[in-house]
Amino acid sequence: MQKKVIFRGVALPVALLLPQLLITGIFFFWPAGQAVWSSFLREDAFGLSREFVGFENFVDVLTDPNYLTVVWNTAVFSVSVAVLAMAVALFLAVQADKAIRAATAFKTLLIWPYAVAPAVAAVLWLFLFHPQIGIFGRMLNNAGIMWDYKINGGQAMTLVIIAAAWKQVSYNFIFFLAGLQSIPKNVLEAAAIDGARPFRRFWTIIFPLISPTTFFLLVVNLVYAFFDTFGTIHALTQGGPGLSTTTLIYKVYVDGVQNLNFGSSAAQSVILMVLVMAMTAIQFRFIERKVHY
Amino acid sequence: MADAATLAAASRRRQTRGRVLAYAALVLGVLVFAFPIWMTLVGSTHDVGSLGRGDVPLWFGPHGAENYASAWTTGGAGTRNTFTVPASAMLFNSALMAVLIAVGKIAISLLSAYAVVFFAFPGRMIAFWLIFITLMLPVEVRIIPTFEVMVNMNLTNSMAGLTIPLMASATATLLFRQFFLTIPDEYVEAAKMDGAGPLRFFRDVALPLSVTNIAALFVILFIYGWNQYLWPLLMVNDRTLETIVVGLTKMIGTGDSQNEWNTIMATAMMALLPPVLVVVLMQRWFIKGLTETEK
Repeated sequence: MQKKVIFRGVALPVALLLPQLLITGIFFFWPAGQAVWSSFLREDAFGLSREFVGFENFVDVLTDPNYLTVVWNTAVFSVSVAVLAMAVALFLAVQADKAIRAATAFKTLLIWPYAVAPAVAAVLWLFLFHPQIGIFGRMLNNAGIMWDYKINGGQAMTLVIIAAAWKQVSYNFIFFLAGLQSIPKNVLEAAAIDGARPFRRFWTIIFPLISPTTFFLLVVNLVYAFFDTFGTIHALTQGGPGLSTTTLIYKVYVDGVQNLNFGSSAAQSVILMVLVMAMTAIQFRFIERKVHY
Repeated sequence: MADAATLAAASRRRQTRGRVLAYAALVLGVLVFAFPIWMTLVGSTHDVGSLGRGDVPLWFGPHGAENYASAWTTGGAGTRNTFTVPASAMLFNSALMAVLIAVGKIAISLLSAYAVVFFAFPGRMIAFWLIFITLMLPVEVRIIPTFEVMVNMNLTNSMAGLTIPLMASATATLLFRQFFLTIPDEYVEAAKMDGAGPLRFFRDVALPLSVTNIAALFVILFIYGWNQYLWPLLMVNDRTLETIVVGLTKMIGTGDSQNEWNTIMATAMMALLPPVLVVVLMQRWFIKGLTETEK
């Protein structure tokens, strides 16, 4: 799309674009190019020289059983976070849509967790589920369930899923409520007059009408679980015990920053970039909406 | 007729019952969501001994003032870590970082969107696509090479390094582009006839019309900036530049029961209060910003 009436000149628009293009070039394209380039290189043990190794880093990454474990963790984590956060949000949004007068008040009371940082959300849940000082952690232990997320991988995964989903419900709630409120009331009244019970009305009329919102939120939630939950995991479990809460993003960090394995970390970065591009493309292809970076 | 009346009454009864259940479910939902904050708030008013022993209080204790004072001025005694950072300093760093990122992003996006919409020049579409593609490169996936660039440019451990790389934003540019496209051509024609140049038009027409969009975006970007984690964790090891979100998790370390949990909880409250207040007080702009940047 283009305006019919425009200003002339080349120097001025270029100057206006320059700040953004400079930052994008230096901090986006240059490092992304570096990531691609160093994914084909390998550094010797002393970090003195790098040699070109072709696709060896990728082969190593993709055949490493640890990497496959992490892929599986990421899938379990992301799908659980998305499903949990969306199901709770949809349930609450349906209720808020019924409570017409108080919908706005409940909106205020339910949207604020969006503002809590993922890492801080993790800390709040740590206070609740710490095996010695947390109220729920102690309750579980007193009930005879050995609860310690620092030792038990399944418990650690459960806790990071809850902490990550808790924060994301607000976001989904806002979009589901907007979607529900845009459904014409006479459609629902007509169905009610025809004798359709509320439950049936929901699955045959309401749910299909908000399915674009649902699909859009599914992609956004998966992207959130993939990329924005580094803080949650770092603050709660540091990816442990063992590898049980290490996701793809967390592994890039561990291999690049802690293990200093640049070739492998770069190859993983490139794999993730391809993944983001695919997700963004899916989002555009099917719903013509943009991701928020 | 009587049939219709009883049917209507039954449907009304069902509706009332549904509404009562809806309210009950919503109140329960609100309580479940607020519970983690409640426990943290209550915990921040007790002494370190009772928290460490695992007495989990559900109501306020008498030590609130001293806990917040100690978190604010010293960041706790630091039994485990040899060095602590006062929450006041970390809050200042977080606020500065969040405001710089939000203002910087809005400023450069306004300029670039204005250039793309109101001018025709060679390379316009290329510039637009270069900006657009950055949607697909979140900082998390290119973290190591970006860090290397920062080291080479000598920008680590600086507020500039903390903020400038996060300022380029395709989202904000796209939002402003979308908005500028809705400004009627007649406005531009009228301005031209009055002899106003592009900069004058930007200042007197485009910018004032964008005020609500700027406010909406500011809320979203302030939260985005305040909640940054991986980037400050990598960029800063000079603890005078520590932000409160990163500083908080460093206080916890591996989650030892011997930690000074009362100070940690007071710090957690201070870390989450500013962005939560921004969302609650600017709710209208927040929701506008959220929904408009997504579509």
